[in-house]
Amino acid sequence: MLAYVIRRVIYGVGVVFGVLLFLFVLFFTVTSPDDVARKALGERVPPAVIEQWKANHGYDRPLFPGPGAWTENMLFEHYRRMLTFDFGRSDADDTPIVERIRRGMGPSLTLTLPLFILSLGVAIPLSLLVAFFRETYIDRLGVVISVLAMSVSILLYIIGAQYLVGRILHWFPISGFDSDPQLIIRFLALPLLVGIMAGIGGDVRFYRTVFLEESNTDYVRTARAKGCGEGRIMARHVFRNSLIPLLTRVILAIPFLFMGSLLLESFFGIPGLGAITVDAIQGNDFSVLRTMVYIGSLLFVFGQIVTDLSYGLVDPRVRLE
Amino acid sequence: MSPLLEVEGLTTCFPGTRGPLPIVDGTHLSMERGEVLALVGESGCGKSMTALSLMRLVPKPGRIEAGRVLLDGRDLLELRVTEMRAVRGSRMAMIFQEPMTSLNPVVRVGEQVVEAIRLHEPVSRAQARERCLELFAEVGIPDPQARLDVYPHQLSGGLKQRVMIAMALSTRPDLLIADEPTTALDVTIQAQIVRLLQELQRSRGMSILLITHDLGIVNELSDRVAVMYAGRIVETGSRVDIFRHATHPYTRGLLRSNPVLAAPGERLPEIAGVVPSPEDWSPGCRFASRCRHCFEPCEAEVPGATPVGEGHGVACHAVAQGRLEGDAE
Amino acid sequence: MESHILSNSVVAILVAGACGLVLAARRSRMWSAAFAEIWSRRRLALCVIGGYVLIALLDSVAWVGGLEGGQDAVARHQAQSVIDRLFADFQERSYSAPLADTEFYGGAPLRHPGQHLLGTDLIGRDVLYLSLKGARVALLIGGLTSLFAIPLALLFGVPAGYFGGRLDDVVFFVMSTLASMPGLLLLIALIMVLGKSTLAICFALAVTGWVGFCRVSRGETLKLRELEYVSAARALGVSQGRILLRHILPNLMHLVIITFVLMFSGLVLSEAILSWLGIGVDGSWGQMIDQARNELSRDPVVWWNVAAAGGALFGLILAVNFVGDALRDTLDPRTVREAE
Repeated sequence: MLAYVIRRVIYGVGVVFGVLLFLFVLFFTVTSPDDVARKALGERVPPAVIEQWKANHGYDRPLFPGPGAWTENMLFEHYRRMLTFDFGRSDADDTPIVERIRRGMGPSLTLTLPLFILSLGVAIPLSLLVAFFRETYIDRLGVVISVLAMSVSILLYIIGAQYLVGRILHWFPISGFDSDPQLIIRFLALPLLVGIMAGIGGDVRFYRTVFLEESNTDYVRTARAKGCGEGRIMARHVFRNSLIPLLTRVILAIPFLFMGSLLLESFFGIPGLGAITVDAIQGNDFSVLRTMVYIGSLLFVFGQIVTDLSYGLVDPRVRLE
Repeated sequence: MSPLLEVEGLTTCFPGTRGPLPIVDGTHLSMERGEVLALVGESGCGKSMTALSLMRLVPKPGRIEAGRVLLDGRDLLELRVTEMRAVRGSRMAMIFQEPMTSLNPVVRVGEQVVEAIRLHEPVSRAQARERCLELFAEVGIPDPQARLDVYPHQLSGGLKQRVMIAMALSTRPDLLIADEPTTALDVTIQAQIVRLLQELQRSRGMSILLITHDLGIVNELSDRVAVMYAGRIVETGSRVDIFRHATHPYTRGLLRSNPVLAAPGERLPEIAGVVPSPEDWSPGCRFASRCRHCFEPCEAEVPGATPVGEGHGVACHAVAQGRLEGDAE
Repeated sequence: MESHILSNSVVAILVAGACGLVLAARRSRMWSAAFAEIWSRRRLALCVIGGYVLIALLDSVAWVGGLEGGQDAVARHQAQSVIDRLFADFQERSYSAPLADTEFYGGAPLRHPGQHLLGTDLIGRDVLYLSLKGARVALLIGGLTSLFAIPLALLFGVPAGYFGGRLDDVVFFVMSTLASMPGLLLLIALIMVLGKSTLAICFALAVTGWVGFCRVSRGETLKLRELEYVSAARALGVSQGRILLRHILPNLMHLVIITFVLMFSGLVLSEAILSWLGIGVDGSWGQMIDQARNELSRDPVVWWNVAAAGGALFGLILAVNFVGDALRDTLDPRTVREAE
């Protein structure tokens, strides 16, 4: 078990190193620091200003290790900074990136955590219900509605909900954020509604398939033969065996809650990490974008290790070796 | 006394490309208390579907279209779903061909037997566990105490089948339906399971409906035999009737082609042709296309059962019209 | 190179490929049976997709010249497709509501009163025309990306699964690395670095999209490798390359088709999100929806733009999803779900 965890962590570290290499290639060789500087300062700045800007942001070293510069190069710096969480300053407006991330995490979680729990709370009972009524019109209706729901672009959900709920019905403000717990619900209601609507179709379809696959197994037939009721079969036998595929999806989603939601946050004016990322995209802020990708993959690798370990808990057949 | 189980005209259909196909077609069966009836036939002849129909566990999109299944005079097909659930597992229990997949992989085996007991009897968990321990000992699971808390994947195929049998017996059913209980097991384990079923049947005096294509097991275990071909019962009789005085051309062919019963040194005769698929079933006798004794009515009319002896019936036009003698050849 | 020649040739390749596949499939009993079943179950959805393809084809056949008169002198020197020609000289000066006789704001008389079925946009372009042109963009995004991603996935996944060992370790590591980066962010980073041309966007979508199918094809190859007929071929001395091409690849074709269809709708929806972030493909439905953000806050509201683009997008995605569902049920009940 311990040996397994250690091996898994080492592999995870390897993947993170791979991600950093990929980011280096993308952000330092495909686009050179000169390009970045020109994007931040403008096309017609004198070379001296560009050199000055590069020095300020620590982009003034040679790219690759070479004689006399085994540590004084961008590749080494890139790894050193990322691995020590010293993300430096934004390319666009010089604010420290760590500071921004710290400020954005809270608002992101206030949106994504309830969204995650509510989506699960709606999707799993709904798909159990649909799977329970398999091969009846309820099931068929459920599938058709799911496919309809997942065929609508999330943009349309956002625009539609903002227009309908915010401007015609005037139930909630169409955008904004406030850390006061009394007000926050009013601001979160609309993004939560949109988030659930946009995800529910795909979720129900996925969970239904998982539940149905388990419902057709031999041990479910055994349970019926010993006189188990259908409800009990669903809850005790089908659901428990479905936990393995469900866990993969659910646990892997948890780390990304910290990343916020790009679309919902920027549409509804929630100052979280998602909105920060969108600002970075629109302002050509490569350093912020690079950092977000890195943090995202760190969280993913962590989530994956947790998922693998959790298999051992829900499935007695899995032995972690 | 009335028979324990009486099946009349049971018909179970599955949708085909040209309308519903009767995979089980007008089956008649009758079982006395404490009797072992073997339902014999090739794979795909509808014997498993017959068993599942008795339990009302026909998988969708299949449906029981007609007939009666009388258990102690009560028609199971008329029962409400909840009433039927009370019958399943308590009055009649079933074990399956695939012990590997028939147990829930994430629940301890003891717990699965306890669930079966507590579904039908108001006993405490501890009492049920105690009963489970006795059952494990009765079905010959070594070290039963330790085996209560293992998961199915930690047991061998033979032990899993023993757990299945323990689960089926846990509520003292009157009728045990054993659907190919030994097919998926090693030959040595097969013999053990057959002996176990034999002992349990004698000690408990229960009835067993044994579904198999293995004539050796039929010979060892059964009191009476029903032979099924392409969805219909073609011959019923005592074990001696079937093995010594087989009358239906199909039964004769089946016995002649069995290596266990054949004389050494002879070439095994086979039945010419292949089993027709349900889509190609003729309106008459379904064996007609392969039968040496086939004549006009065979292709057109479904043969009714003709008694040829005490409790020995044959569904064959040739026998009914005296063209084929009961003890011919 | 002229841009219309490039995109026209892509369309030609796609059409030729589709025809080739259909002809090849008709020779195999299994495939023709599968398609017959899907045709009987999803006739309407297939017809809808056919309609979109037809519109896209009409919009892809473009040539220069042949237009007389009209007020847009520039257009006469550019390649004009059949759709362009149908809607030539059909502009207004500003917004017009569907079938209106006067301009939406101000009420000035229109050049073509009552003829704009779906109204016009801010600079007076006919919305029906723009929506029809979006079909080609959507199919290009889905088709071109798959053209990159699926061969790439097969190229790495199949040998990795078949040969195993070091090769498999390397491919698996690359897949883990790519998969561990948040998809949308990786996509955006790639596009920001590579530039915002259609080709770059399709390439970026392919880089982020190929991993899933690579994993599926690797897993399926691992399974196929152990099957008796492959062992038999090996025992008979058939060369490795021949086994891969004759015995492994054909048995992955059903996964290719399912993946293509399921990937397609995801790609088109992703492009809509990219458009909203300002890095989408020009002329896509996503861009039309993006513009609607401002239009919906005008008073009175301009709704027909977003309705037309959203409807066109929804129709295509819905039809593709329905067909994809049927394909998955018919051809493969299990493997693809595991990759989701």
